[in-house]
Amino acid sequence: MADTLIRTAPEAGAAGSDPRTPTVIADGVDIVYRVNGTGAGRGSATAALNRIVRRTKHAERGVRTVHAVRNVSFTAYKGEAIGLIGTNGSGKSTLLRAVAGLLPTENGRIYTHGRPSLLGVNAALMSDLTGERNVTLGGLAMGMSREQVRERYDGIVEFSGINEKGDFITLPMRTYSSGMAARLRFSIAAAKDHDVLLIDEALATGDRTFQKRSEARIRELRATAGTVFLVSHNNKSIRDTCDRVLWLERGELRLDGPTAEVLKEYEKFTGAGK
Amino acid sequence: MSQTLDTPQTPEAPKTPKAARAARAARAARTPKAPAQAQEPLDAAALAALHGLSVSNARPSLPQYVRQLWARRHFITAFATAKLTAQYSQAKLGQLWQVMTPLLNAAVYYLIFGLLLGTSRGIEDFVPFLVTGVFVFTFTQSSVMAGTRAISGNLGLVRALHFPRASLPIALCLQQLQQLLFSMAALAVILFCFGVPPTWSWFLVVPALALQFAFNTGLALVMARLGSKTPDLSQLMPFVMRTWMYASGVMFSIKQVLPEQGVPQFAKVLLAGNPAAVYIDLVRYALIDSFDAGQLPYGIGAMWALALGWAVVLGVGGFSYFWKAEETYGRG
Repeated sequence: MADTLIRTAPEAGAAGSDPRTPTVIADGVDIVYRVNGTGAGRGSATAALNRIVRRTKHAERGVRTVHAVRNVSFTAYKGEAIGLIGTNGSGKSTLLRAVAGLLPTENGRIYTHGRPSLLGVNAALMSDLTGERNVTLGGLAMGMSREQVRERYDGIVEFSGINEKGDFITLPMRTYSSGMAARLRFSIAAAKDHDVLLIDEALATGDRTFQKRSEARIRELRATAGTVFLVSHNNKSIRDTCDRVLWLERGELRLDGPTAEVLKEYEKFTGAGK
Repeated sequence: MSQTLDTPQTPEAPKTPKAARAARAARAARTPKAPAQAQEPLDAAALAALHGLSVSNARPSLPQYVRQLWARRHFITAFATAKLTAQYSQAKLGQLWQVMTPLLNAAVYYLIFGLLLGTSRGIEDFVPFLVTGVFVFTFTQSSVMAGTRAISGNLGLVRALHFPRASLPIALCLQQLQQLLFSMAALAVILFCFGVPPTWSWFLVVPALALQFAFNTGLALVMARLGSKTPDLSQLMPFVMRTWMYASGVMFSIKQVLPEQGVPQFAKVLLAGNPAAVYIDLVRYALIDSFDAGQLPYGIGAMWALALGWAVVLGVGGFSYFWKAEETYGRG
């Protein structure tokens, strides 16, 4: 076993001599969902009772497995912005959540530098609190000191543009539109330099001005040696921000390469599907 | 440059002798899980080890976790205060409900138990007795309820940002402690109105409530872990808590209600030694003059020992129980 490694290591070393530092290594990752109560409806009382009573005999009854990500391997480096593309349900979000450590892998492992932060579409921070409080608490939760939060507060609010149409930052976050909430969330998370930032269509609900602004911020984050993953169905947005693209299809990594080439193939693929 | 990954691609691996040494070290450190998985995982593991990468969902050690938590202390206090002020922001009377809620609670129990059922017989200063019981029990009750929902109710926050998850249940218990301070101010007024004179012994409330806070936090941490796996618990807990309340002598004196004979010893110990009853009795003993050592089920030393014991056992035990599942919160 030991010999195998030493023999193969120099062979595979073409990219290994790379001076770049890896931040995320996915190594043969498989992710399987187990979904309860698909056979009989979960909501029905008799079905639930049935499940409990028969648990011992039919443990796997009504449990379906969904193989969402299959044997995906890649290495992401410092300063890279990586786009994840693929048709709906191809496993992009699942993969990101596994990188964030929110989903266990069935096989294989994911190694990360620091702890990645995941920005998703439906991640409302604290909806009963005002935008103001969310900024402060979000900053403190990310490990900033009170002074740092105070210093960056104005910057965050200005970046989010929440106050452009009136004093909305003092309203509870539940009153925000989905676009406004997404803007504030991104602004809070982007206020800190992350080692790895995972953005799952979180910018899709923002308007064009905000998308431009956040794309600029993503480029800045890359410059400060972070790695950014971006899931988006907006090919233009991917083209503007990412230098490398992973194309997932049916849970498998179909292509991994420079943005222009992968997008060309992908557009051919989706165009042909029409 | 783009490659089609039909064949498994060999990942980048270190080339230098130094890297190979690191690779060997990393391999040695690896758990012997599935060594037959060919060389590919080993290379990735070696590369990860070389650059100090860790498995993405690894759990920090307990001392590390405590340090992380301490670093987030400002977050914990700010979260507690924010939740407290947001709590009644939708009500017209606003923060007045901080005091009104426990008072109304006490009024209801006074109506039912004091006037209708007459459990007040044999208890001097029944109103202070009852109100103290209600306030102190409410502290534990609301901490447990908040703990049950601490993770499941803040999934957005848990999934978006990284922080030690224990911050949430602890912050929510701190919020309940702040709430209790309002109740205690109201209680002081009630005691005064019912002619209970202030004495130095009132200060004993502070250590008693501090121990109760440690106990509550531990219990809330346990409930937070359970509640994150089984959301049904938040439906069940109100009934459990109500049973616990009636068993803790909130509106009657356990010692007087229990008949001398016919009750097995273990039941007596269970009733009088249960943590809620212990904390309630200690606060009553500190505040109310007519509630003297004779009313306590055990000696005063034993009561404090019990209070300390419950606080340490639950506080430490609950914390480590919560920590053991740290990497799993937010999953699913």
